[in-house]
Amino acid sequence: MSTFWSVWVIVLTLANLALVTWVLFANRKVAVSDQDDPENKTTGHVYDGIEEYDNPLPKWWFLLFVITLVFSAAYLVIYPGMGNFKGIGGWTSVGALKADQAKAQAEFKETYGKYAEMPIEQIAENRDALKMGARIFANNCAVCHGADGGGNYGFPDLTDNDWLYGGSPEKILETLHNGRQGMMPPQEPIIGGDGVKQVAEYVLSLSGQEHDAALAEQGAQVFGTVCMACHGADGKGNQALGAPNLTDDIWLYGGTREEIQHSVRGGRSNNMPSQKDKLREDKIRLVAAYVYSLSRQEDVQQ
Amino acid sequence: MTTTVAEAGKLPDYDYNIVRQFTIMSVVWGIVGMGVGVLIAAQLAWPALNDLWQPFTNFGRLRPLHTNAVIFAFGGSVLFATSYYVVQRTCQTRLWGGWLIPFTFWGWQAVIVAAAITLPLGITSAKEYAELEWPIDILIALIWVAYGLVFFGTIVKRNTSHIYVANWFFGAFIITVAVLHIVNSIAIPVSTWKSYSAYAGTTDAMIQWWYGHNAVGFFLTAAFLGIMYYFVPKQAGRPVYSYQLSIVHFWALISIYVWAGGHHLHYSALPDWTQSLAMVMSIILLAPSWGGMINGIMTLSGAWHKLRTDPTLRFLVVSLSFYGMSTFEGPMMSIKTVNALSHNTDWTVGHVHSGALGWVAMISIGAIYHLVPILWNRKEMFSVKLVNAHFWLATIGTVLYIAAMWVNGITQGLMWRAFNADGTLTYSFVESVIASKPGYIVRWLGGAIFTSGMLLMAYNVFRTVTDEPKEGEVGRDESLPVAKSV
Repeated sequence: MSTFWSVWVIVLTLANLALVTWVLFANRKVAVSDQDDPENKTTGHVYDGIEEYDNPLPKWWFLLFVITLVFSAAYLVIYPGMGNFKGIGGWTSVGALKADQAKAQAEFKETYGKYAEMPIEQIAENRDALKMGARIFANNCAVCHGADGGGNYGFPDLTDNDWLYGGSPEKILETLHNGRQGMMPPQEPIIGGDGVKQVAEYVLSLSGQEHDAALAEQGAQVFGTVCMACHGADGKGNQALGAPNLTDDIWLYGGTREEIQHSVRGGRSNNMPSQKDKLREDKIRLVAAYVYSLSRQEDVQQ
Repeated sequence: MTTTVAEAGKLPDYDYNIVRQFTIMSVVWGIVGMGVGVLIAAQLAWPALNDLWQPFTNFGRLRPLHTNAVIFAFGGSVLFATSYYVVQRTCQTRLWGGWLIPFTFWGWQAVIVAAAITLPLGITSAKEYAELEWPIDILIALIWVAYGLVFFGTIVKRNTSHIYVANWFFGAFIITVAVLHIVNSIAIPVSTWKSYSAYAGTTDAMIQWWYGHNAVGFFLTAAFLGIMYYFVPKQAGRPVYSYQLSIVHFWALISIYVWAGGHHLHYSALPDWTQSLAMVMSIILLAPSWGGMINGIMTLSGAWHKLRTDPTLRFLVVSLSFYGMSTFEGPMMSIKTVNALSHNTDWTVGHVHSGALGWVAMISIGAIYHLVPILWNRKEMFSVKLVNAHFWLATIGTVLYIAAMWVNGITQGLMWRAFNADGTLTYSFVESVIASKPGYIVRWLGGAIFTSGMLLMAYNVFRTVTDEPKEGEVGRDESLPVAKSV
């Protein structure tokens, strides 16, 4: 803030507080004391039948007012408030945040530190570590992936061991560190409206759903020239590209005819945000281990 | 002792027509606004109700409709009615302004109807409590200038030597709201129904809350203190407690209030000094706010027995109690360490409604029950028993509402800041939502009870206005001075 605006703020603040203090003290005494003239207890004004007593300010109220003024004066001396004057206490909100963060870093170094180097598979065997991972997941990941990791429309299910980019510890860490940018390009400009319908029927057939066989046959040809580039000739996808497997009846955006046509026609775009600047490394490893354990849980159950 | 009251029987020819119009509409808009409030409260408890008629009944579209309807349609109509009434009676002169007077009425109704159409359609400037788009904003500004001309024109041609304290508050409210509305609404239109704010980033947020907090401070506090200063002494038949107190708390209130808006942005990108100033000014505001409560409640000393028989007076006194409570709560919540707990929780919603239901609505209802028999020349309301029933419904509804929100707010604040030993948050956000559900149901119930009282009032007003006067019934004679000094 420039010196001009700083002075502006200070002058306005002090002028207003001075005005209020003056009005308060100037009206402390009643103009005509009731003791001197017991008959004259009102101001003499009458408005539509309403009169006004000239009672003095209640003492406790006057004191309350003075206390708040004194408190405020002291506060403005200690804390930033008067324009560019920083206050003698040296407090800033950024400083307070940094102090809190440093404290937390130190406090949890011991709690998390030992997981910084531990292999993910080993962390996933540790009950305490998994509990912490589950809490970090609940705080940071559950908003999109659900409290149980079961996913949602557009957000992958993390419990089913079906992976867009791979479910090995390394791949999970990579996803967490750098995020993922999912991009299915719109196909209507390339294959046309009829092509969209044909391919959608073929995709339905891949996962064994009810479909129009004639259209699907035409769709297979379109698929073989365009879609196979990412999804593979057999439609089983490609984890290196994040291209989903289309044969397993697991759908990120729904597997109905309408949804599939929509995906083909307009494409899809999705973003898993990078976590490396948000979570410290040991927390990322804990949450990676938790996600890893979620998908393996299903293996065990099966 | 000088007296400026007109002789009985020689009252000026007051313009009651405009007061009648706004009085009726405040009952109508009160029911509409609170009805929408009950609906959106139900949506928070049972989210499926968002789907009644998508996208028009989505919470996000109906919430601004609720706030605009209760603040500006209901509250605004009450303020037009009472200020036009009070300024005439306390200045002992007919309203000045000619065609400007009906313009304020029909213009204001047009604004309300425009709001009720555009907001559910999703047309919004996205500024809280100032959602209406720029063509409506311009109409509001024109009406407000007309309002100011009528009000101050009447003050200028008054037949009393002094200006009564109620008019100080109404005057401060009219001037400040004009400034707030115009500065906050400055925007660059890109089409008929879309504009972008002239401010950006933190500046926009600060302007928004400078406006938003003073919408509370001047629209819902100063102006309603104007109502208090006329209707409490009038209904109680007692002189105002202290003229000195009026002077001190008036000047302190109106000059300090404009600084306090920044407390809505604690722990945000707002510079530290702005936050600190907003906090200390909010704390200083406690005493000036309480000045109005003291002056109102102490006016009743010597007339407490009237509370037993007069439910209208009960509305006025209980509103002052809620006013005192909210204006203690406000400065407390503005303290940064308290705000760290309360911010973004339902506590804020509860605080607003202890002011909005307990103070604003109750004093409005009291004023309406005082006005209706006078305006339609009746001895009293059609049913005083119904007024009493309304009083209890309003009180119980308010208490249920704010208690539910206190519990919810503190629960949410504590859950959000609960940490495990390993430094992770104990609860995910959705757990605090689940914990809030019982409170949402109680809040809905409280709101529904409050609104049912408004329906009683509508019936009572309707019968009072339309029933033939009883044989030999004489309208309440308001020309005699009721306040006798002792």
